[in-house]
Amino acid sequence: MTSQISTMQTVDENLNCVYVKPDTLTDARLHYCPGCGHGVIHRVLMEVVDELGIREETVGVAPVGCAVFAYNYMDIDMQEAAHGRASAVATGVKRMLPHRYVFSYQGDGDLAAIGTAETIHTVNRGENILMIFVNNAIYGMTGGQMAPTTLLGMKTSTTPSGRISSGVGHPLKITELIALLPGAGYVTRQSVHTPNAVRKLKKALTRGFTMQREQQGTSFIEIVSNCPSGWKMNPLDSNRWLEENMLTVFPPGDLKTPSERKKES
Amino acid sequence: MGELQLMKGNEALAEAAIRAGCKGYFGYPITPQSEILEYLSEHGPPRGMTVLQAESEVASINMVYGAAGAGARAMTSSSSPGISLMQEGLSYIACAELPCLIVNVNRGGPGLGTIQPSQGDYFQSTKGGGHGDYRLIVLAPSSVQEMASFVFEGFDLADRYRNPVLILADGALGQMMEKVTFPAYDPEEHRILKPWATDGARDGKERRIITSLHIQPEKMEELNLRLEAKYNLIREQEVRFELVEAADADILIVAYGLSARIAHRAVDLARERGINAGLLRPISLFPFPTEAIRALAERVRGVLVVEMNAGQMVEDVRLAVEGAVPVRWFGRMGGIVPSPDEVLQVIEQMDGAPQETVAEEVYQ
Ligand SMILES: Cc1ncc(C[n+]2csc(CCOP(=O)(O)OP(=O)(O)O)c2C)c(N)n1
Repeated sequence: MTSQISTMQTVDENLNCVYVKPDTLTDARLHYCPGCGHGVIHRVLMEVVDELGIREETVGVAPVGCAVFAYNYMDIDMQEAAHGRASAVATGVKRMLPHRYVFSYQGDGDLAAIGTAETIHTVNRGENILMIFVNNAIYGMTGGQMAPTTLLGMKTSTTPSGRISSGVGHPLKITELIALLPGAGYVTRQSVHTPNAVRKLKKALTRGFTMQREQQGTSFIEIVSNCPSGWKMNPLDSNRWLEENMLTVFPPGDLKTPSERKKES
Repeated sequence: MGELQLMKGNEALAEAAIRAGCKGYFGYPITPQSEILEYLSEHGPPRGMTVLQAESEVASINMVYGAAGAGARAMTSSSSPGISLMQEGLSYIACAELPCLIVNVNRGGPGLGTIQPSQGDYFQSTKGGGHGDYRLIVLAPSSVQEMASFVFEGFDLADRYRNPVLILADGALGQMMEKVTFPAYDPEEHRILKPWATDGARDGKERRIITSLHIQPEKMEELNLRLEAKYNLIREQEVRFELVEAADADILIVAYGLSARIAHRAVDLARERGINAGLLRPISLFPFPTEAIRALAERVRGVLVVEMNAGQMVEDVRLAVEGAVPVRWFGRMGGIVPSPDEVLQVIEQMDGAPQETVAEEVYQ
């Protein structure tokens, strides 16, 4: 049994602290739907920033999408970006401030539909930034339309009978495409549907940031996440569904590590 | 003191950008301004400027957003179709109040149009261009010297007002070679503090957010009103224009950029023929020299607007003149530059015509 004694701290039955909110998370109440993966991802991301001690050195870029308000929760310098342009904005920031840690935080519509050109070219240039790609297979913010990553058969408001490949294509595995680019230093796919997955994600994020210090090219971390509202499921079911369906099409694991990149060049 | 050089307009502008302390240039090739990107690719990096050929104009303008938001002097340049692609980004930049410089070396449109010079982007430049209520400060050079000078002035204005500044030139100004003197300009002396910039929340400073999102209507309207107040201040403080033989003019020409050079010649030709013509050349297109035109309209018999488009600035001139005298328009399109003789013919018609005929022609 654990209980939450404040928004900052959770304790077990012996009053041992089991969780402390990182300083880099503000006290603002999250606007995300109950059970949405964004909240967990925000928390892990800010824990990593805290633990690396780089709060003052980090600039985040969050574009239009459910996470556009990320700046209300992440207590760091942040820029909001136009839909699809987060990696271009992050490029502008990083080129002016090469010694800062810069990350983008983008949805699947943002990164793999409207912003595909920026995504590919940012990685192809090997911009020394961390791109965080939250794949929930749907357009959350605009109310649940088909995303480039929507699974075949999946019902959305614009694929009311389920997505079929004819006419709208297959789910886009952009992370696989990204791994082919020499500019990519580290490409991995993670998820946040279990505590174990969250632990792995944290490692990946830490690596994503430290890579910047080492100037090792773009770090690209896809996070397969849920969208209980968009998927019309309760949070538990959505995580179960994620495991059974999303992770078969988007299997977790590293697609490219810095050592493999060295072999390429 | 300054140094005198013979340069192409595009190159003079690029050289000025380096001297003005621009730290980030992001652009995509398009005629007739690719020399800016090319010149900077060669001369920028050794002198401390990051120069990046982006994957598109959409990317360029968003890189400018990021770079300007990080507190650096940043710019992009393009020509008409590329500037169209930037409009969403410009609207975000205006709303987030990020100082930066955009250069449009205007070519003929619509569509892919022609690579020849045009002034067809006047509406797009001065009325907002993208979505929502916003304004760019728009400077219109008419010489290679001004292609350079307006870069320094543009960055200073952008920083002072936290507003994007557009230099609206045209293909001919970009390509022509003229003498240019670079002023002594130390960017350090012109540097102003940018406490709003997201360059890392260091030294206990409060963290900063750059955004154009204000989801509550009351907050958004508050921002709209603040922007309007800023634009009104700009209207009060930053109007720039040049007068040529306007004091005793019977016929006043209003023309900017390349058209103003042609109009100037036409004024000289008219004066040789005993017609008292004069010229008002708007230098700032936003803010527009409304008051100056209005005041002169009280003293002249007619106003002639000369532009290389289908009649765009003439609308602002008519608003300024408010029917006090007839306003006539003359222009060429498609990349064709009007000749001084063509303009002279119109002046002669206006001079010879009885008042009513001139008035009728306005509405033909
Ligand atoms: C140019 C433009 N087109 C469309 C939109 C509307 N829009 C906002 S967010 C969004 C999709 C967001 O989906 P995703 O990027 O997957 O993020 P999520 O909301 O699922 O987190 C769309 C289409 C917009 N803001 N700007």
